[in-house]
Amino acid sequence: MLDKSIIEQFKEIVGEKNVETSNMSLHSYSYDATPGFRKTPDVVVAPNNTEEIAEIVKICNDHKIPLTPRGSGTNLSAGTTPLKGGVVLLFKHMNNILEVDEQNLTITVQPGVVTKKLIDKVEAKGLLYPPDPSSINISTIGGNINENSGGLRGLKYGVTRDYVLGLKIVLPNGDIIETGGKLAKDVAGYDLTRLFVGSEGTLGIITEAILKLVPMPEYKKTMLATYADIDDAARTVSAIIENRIIPATLEFLDQPTVEVVEEYNQIGLPTDAKAILLIEQDGPESVVNKDIEKIAEICKELKAVTVSVAKNEQEATALTTARRSALSTIARLRPTTFLEDATVPRSQVAPMVKEINRIAEKYNVKICTFGHAGDGNLHPTVPTDVRNKEEYHRVEQAFAEIFEKAVELGGTITGEHGVGAMKAPFLKLKLGEEGIRALKSVKQSFDPNNIMNPGKMFFEEEEKGE
Amino acid sequence: MDTLVKERIQVDFQNRMDRDELENCMRCGFCLPVCPTYIQSGYDETQSPRGRIALMKGIVDGEIEPDEDIEQTLNECLGCRACEPACPAGVNYGQLLEEARDIFNQNKQHSLPEKVIRKTVFEGLFPHQNRMENMTSLLTFYQRSGLQKIARNIGFMKLFPETLATMEKVLPSTPTRKEMRSQASYYVHKSQPKARVAFFKGCLMDTMFREVNKATIELLQKVGCDIAVPDTQNCCGALHGHSGEKEKAKELAKKNIAAFEEVGADYIITNAGGCGAFLHDYGHLLHDDPEWSERAANFASKIKDITAILIDLDFHLTPLQMPEQVVTYQDSCHLRNVQKTFDEPRLLLQSIDGLHYEEMNDAARCCGSAGIYNIVHSELSMKHLDYKMEQVKDTAATTIVTTNPGCLLQMKLGIEREGLSDKMRAVHIVELLIEAVDRRTSV
Ligand SMILES: Cc1cc2nc3c(=O)[nH]c(=O)nc-3n(C[C@H](O)[C@H](O)[C@H](O)COP(=O)(O)OP(=O)(O)OC[C@H]3O[C@@H](n4cnc5c(N)ncnc54)[C@H](O)[C@@H]3O)c2cc1C
Ligand code: SF4
Ligand code: SF4
Repeated sequence: MLDKSIIEQFKEIVGEKNVETSNMSLHSYSYDATPGFRKTPDVVVAPNNTEEIAEIVKICNDHKIPLTPRGSGTNLSAGTTPLKGGVVLLFKHMNNILEVDEQNLTITVQPGVVTKKLIDKVEAKGLLYPPDPSSINISTIGGNINENSGGLRGLKYGVTRDYVLGLKIVLPNGDIIETGGKLAKDVAGYDLTRLFVGSEGTLGIITEAILKLVPMPEYKKTMLATYADIDDAARTVSAIIENRIIPATLEFLDQPTVEVVEEYNQIGLPTDAKAILLIEQDGPESVVNKDIEKIAEICKELKAVTVSVAKNEQEATALTTARRSALSTIARLRPTTFLEDATVPRSQVAPMVKEINRIAEKYNVKICTFGHAGDGNLHPTVPTDVRNKEEYHRVEQAFAEIFEKAVELGGTITGEHGVGAMKAPFLKLKLGEEGIRALKSVKQSFDPNNIMNPGKMFFEEEEKGE
Repeated sequence: MDTLVKERIQVDFQNRMDRDELENCMRCGFCLPVCPTYIQSGYDETQSPRGRIALMKGIVDGEIEPDEDIEQTLNECLGCRACEPACPAGVNYGQLLEEARDIFNQNKQHSLPEKVIRKTVFEGLFPHQNRMENMTSLLTFYQRSGLQKIARNIGFMKLFPETLATMEKVLPSTPTRKEMRSQASYYVHKSQPKARVAFFKGCLMDTMFREVNKATIELLQKVGCDIAVPDTQNCCGALHGHSGEKEKAKELAKKNIAAFEEVGADYIITNAGGCGAFLHDYGHLLHDDPEWSERAANFASKIKDITAILIDLDFHLTPLQMPEQVVTYQDSCHLRNVQKTFDEPRLLLQSIDGLHYEEMNDAARCCGSAGIYNIVHSELSMKHLDYKMEQVKDTAATTIVTTNPGCLLQMKLGIEREGLSDKMRAVHIVELLIEAVDRRTSV
């Protein structure tokens, strides 16, 4: 429990109504979107600006009080469960778009801005902010930056990292620093901007960000191809890129996913399809048409059973329905849904999916895999029930083996959801002892008292909370 | 709340809450951006669907004890159920909320005045249509006798909270008891009906909003329906169900099911989004009652909103006309989120010549009426209403169309509060459609 006097100090800094200690509030900030993790914090604080945050951080640092920044809590790695109690820090008052700079094509925002709000704002000006995680309606920019989130447009446009130009950060000692800026080029010193992208709230608190915008592509087309053999689908993905075409979106659904999607939604997918690809291209109209035509050709050459190109927006939506309904369909199968995040090089997508299916059989669990074929980022998703301890154990074993396989195939344990507490035990698979040591020394130099989001990223035989 | 009460509540939670449903929530947060109370609270997790579900689950799991804070956040939920269609996991939030509120309510020591009010409203008034008529005719007497004028002149209503005072101004002029009693019994037989329907009158709709019911019957006749109006039907029980009086809701439900079984129509037509949704949920309400579950499910499957049957029977293809005007539509939360009827009213409005339909921003967001929310949580309700009226004003509409009596009153309240009563009106969609039909035949 936190000392009363400290809570009083917080109240003085941010105002009485922005400090919550009721049982209800503490309980409501004890979890995030990750199944199986929960821990009650001591206090929830919602500061109004960078300076207030700096003061709070100083108090925490002096008293070694753990501090967990929280956006919308949609991360799937238990990144915001306050595993060591302490302070949960909210950005609900820091949710303003500060500037859209149309000369430099940048936008400056506070961390609490919901991604969709930012996207709407820039699209109204004919500009594009490409990172679009499936959670855009809820996730915040602060969360996106700290998880280095990626989206459907990742293959062609990259991920959040590629759009962060500059940051304002409160360091764990209370210092306020600014990194980068509205510059395309900047090599003054270490690239702290990049270091903080994907740092999962373990190094400091991001209180402002300058993000890069690009011109909005003028035209877009969507198509869907179905396959009787997953290798054909995988070969199609490689062939498209070998043909020097980078689609804006290249999404994949495996057979278990297709089966459940079709069974529940009746949208006319061939149930014998072993794989489905959803492909989108954007850009100048003539280029898009040429690309889509060529892609359709490649699909057919590689034995796609059906290839359909949308003639208009409505048809495009119909085609994307399959991909979009994947999660919601799987989520309805069983009470608990584990959405994981293994990533392999593009060329290894087919072998990885086959491995996942083998592992599913081995541990007798249902695994539906869908994801971003273009960048090898797969989401093996398990419908289960955490209350069934025996089955849950098998699910954990299956995931452990999936991560091992992914790394073996030259991949990684997470492509976009972060390490958090959930995947901390597996980080070693990817980085080795030496890699972890290097990361720890970075953490140590920024946050010697380990106040920033402790229990995340580095595995410490951590309990899962209460 | 003393420890004993808390313990009792927790035991009830453990015995009565649907654990699977609670477990189904995967905490993804997809419901947050559509929740009016979450937005209004400035993004407070405790005021969100995900938060409320976590609190209910916390009580069941013994992680948190039930207290006033939790009771309050459950009560301050509008029950609009916008969170349901947004939920990838298909969590039936409305059912969880109803059960949780019922548990808190049953274990609660109501203050004496509240007890009296609850008893009057839930037992004395709503279940008895004749008493509803009495109350309405009292209102009529008040309106027509000159008392209303006097009350307004001497500022009597100033003694009441602002919402009630404004509400008094916007109540429709109600029918006299004689008018209520002299109703046609509505049995209208056609030789070759296009559909055989039964009409659910609703208690408020059949008293205070009598005109709307008359118009509904007229429209059903025009599209060729054979209409039965069982006179043993009664209040749908929504008010009870949403206020933690579940047992009474069940009693009312059983009476309604029996009443409508007798006439055996293909559809049961409603014109109040709130009632329709509650009737639509009878299957769940009585799901663990062996004698009634199947009958309830059968009843529920027949519920259809007036706008949906009008579209089914191609009413929108007939010529309709109105003087040039801009109209906008405020979704009834329950019609939209529970009965999934949202295209139909829009299609109907768009089919009227002369009428320019403007969709307002966030038309699906709750207006804050929410049963008796606007009376019990007056201040919060008015915040939701103010936001709504901003969106209405942006459309430049002079007519706001609704599909539920609560929303209709709330929109009238909004117009009054904005001082727009000489420029803008709120109507139930069937009133507008009848106007359009009449207009057509007169030109
Ligand atoms: C259904 C579903 C679909 C998803 N789809 C995708 C997807 O397609 N792609 C993808 O990449 N992710 C996806 N995610 C994961 C998640 O939405 C992203 O990681 C998102 O960026 C998290 O945003 P948030 O605002 O919820 O952050 P939170 O979950 O609240 O926080 C995430 C991390 O950031 C830290 N943090 C937050 N704000 C700050 C700050 N200002 N300063 C310092 N640290 C901070 C937190 O401590 C935590 O470690 C999905 C999640 C769900 C539930
Ligand atoms: S959208 Fe559904 S599953 Fe997700 S948090 Fe809300 S209620 Fe839970
Ligand atoms: S019913 Fe409405 S107010 Fe209540 S939690 Fe759901 S969306 Fe929010």
